[in-house]
Amino acid sequence: MLQSQVSTPAMQPVAWIRRRNRWTIFEVLFWLATLLPFCFFPAYLNLASQIAITALFALSVDLVLGYAGIVTLGHAMFFGLGAFTVGILSSRYGWGEPISGLFLAALVAGLAGFASSFLIVRVQHLALIMVTLGLGLLTFELGNALSWLTGGTDGLTGISTWNIFGYFRFDLWGYTAYSYSLIVLFLCFLLCRVIVNSSFGLALRGIRENVKRMPAIGSDYRWHLRVVYTISAAIAGVAGALLTQTTNTVTLEVLSFQRSADVVVMLILGGTGRLYGAIVGAVIFLIARDQLAGINPQYWFLWIGLLLMFVVMFMPKGILGGLARLVRREE
Amino acid sequence: MIGNIVIVLFDGLAFGMLLFVLSVGLTVTLGLMNFINLAHGAFGMLGGYVTVLLMRQYGWPFLLTLPMAFLAAALVSVVLERVFFRRLYRAGELNQVLFTIGLVFVAAAGATYFFGTGQQPIVLPSWLRGSVEVAGIRFGSYRIFLIVVSLIITALLFFTLERTRFGAKIRAAVDNQRVAQALGLNVERIFAITFALGSGLAGLGGALAIEIVGLDPSFGLHFLVYVLIVVSVGGLGSIPGSFLGAALLGIGDVAGKYLVPELGSFLIYLLLVAILLIRPTGLLGKR
Repeated sequence: MLQSQVSTPAMQPVAWIRRRNRWTIFEVLFWLATLLPFCFFPAYLNLASQIAITALFALSVDLVLGYAGIVTLGHAMFFGLGAFTVGILSSRYGWGEPISGLFLAALVAGLAGFASSFLIVRVQHLALIMVTLGLGLLTFELGNALSWLTGGTDGLTGISTWNIFGYFRFDLWGYTAYSYSLIVLFLCFLLCRVIVNSSFGLALRGIRENVKRMPAIGSDYRWHLRVVYTISAAIAGVAGALLTQTTNTVTLEVLSFQRSADVVVMLILGGTGRLYGAIVGAVIFLIARDQLAGINPQYWFLWIGLLLMFVVMFMPKGILGGLARLVRREE
Repeated sequence: MIGNIVIVLFDGLAFGMLLFVLSVGLTVTLGLMNFINLAHGAFGMLGGYVTVLLMRQYGWPFLLTLPMAFLAAALVSVVLERVFFRRLYRAGELNQVLFTIGLVFVAAAGATYFFGTGQQPIVLPSWLRGSVEVAGIRFGSYRIFLIVVSLIITALLFFTLERTRFGAKIRAAVDNQRVAQALGLNVERIFAITFALGSGLAGLGGALAIEIVGLDPSFGLHFLVYVLIVVSVGGLGSIPGSFLGAALLGIGDVAGKYLVPELGSFLIYLLLVAILLIRPTGLLGKR
């Protein structure tokens, strides 16, 4: 990515950023392909909706991990906060309007993200991983302790989501759920795309590549990290809220370490720092789990473990990174 | 009341010593090569299953299986180190984390294949069962055994590190790998030996842990969090640090669950985050 900038020194920065924002034919085809489940796999629309939600979650992790280089093992805390915000709002206060729920979830998760970002920027390397892990586990234990609010291990019951815009009802087959999740995913993707292709996105990559040099060129890296962490937390909250709204259940599982770890695994499978990697990773991971767990749920771990080891050894840039390298070699 | 406090401290110390044996190897290897080996807990699991297998299938006495648990974990770790891990020393921390967690998943699936998902209880020899009463307080015999074994291991480790030539080499390599290499030390070989010793200790810890926490295929993943807390709180490469960290974690965990059970492990994680924010390199870490 950065080489192209170096090789054309004559190009103005604004023109460079504008060129990066142009859509390619592959991207258009990719998004058209997301409509395929409606025609060809109507029986799997509920799975497709889960995939869209997980992809959105992975997208939020890509912002901090792929672009800003913050390795996080506790991002499920924001996902869970969003999920519980909507769940509690509906089951305790009887407010099930979906769109306002999404915004509230984003607000709550974003505030939590902003607060924790002050801790995140203080540490690096192993300590950073451990702090994100610790915060994630802390939130899980908190959710467990506040069982009067979160329903404890049983989860919340009696959640009902109103029709979208008072018109589109959530149906049993998942037509509405998938359309809704897909539209929210697309809108958040557009937001992320604008962010990473802006000068702010470039500053983030600078931080990822060398955090010590950024202050030397006058860039306040701590502030940048805080902003991106907050945005990422808000998007993760939206993903969590979508899960609650489309399934009408929420349990403590949304806060679990497993969820934090799974999402990082998907992201690595797909490829970090390219947005589409998050979506491709989520698609492959969830479809594989759906199929393999159907055969024998116990050995799902074997396959995902082998896949992880293979990807790290032979495709360190993920599936999309590996494909991109193949394509370049052909040219 | 006093009796309760003593018991909590005693049980906590026993648990902490167990954590120390499980995690001390990771501390040293992390300090040496900066290699984040999340599969460390899986070596513990391997040691546990070796003990279970030897006792059940071949009727070995418990004490004799312990060195075998050590040897098995050390051997397997050295093979893995030579074949896979050494290629990842220069890779980023994310790749190391993912590769080794993939290994943990495969190990868990393997354990499920051979032993099933259930708990694997063992029958201890009679002199380790029951308890000893001192001043009206009953101390579990096995926990006393655990503390004694761990203290012997700690003493051996300190002696090796502080008083032997090999220990001096390890300390030099942890302090500054480049200078140590420039002075003619074969850092890679030192690392391989240390890695085997550390993993062997994890295997021993896994065998010792069966009686306290049980053994099932999720052992590697479950103890990963504890091991990482000990290492990061104690400080990379610092053995006294991880001793302190393990004792703190063990006592804190037992005390927290005993005194405020409704909060679960909340206090432990709070402590972890707080310590890392105040001292990002751990309590006794240098870097």
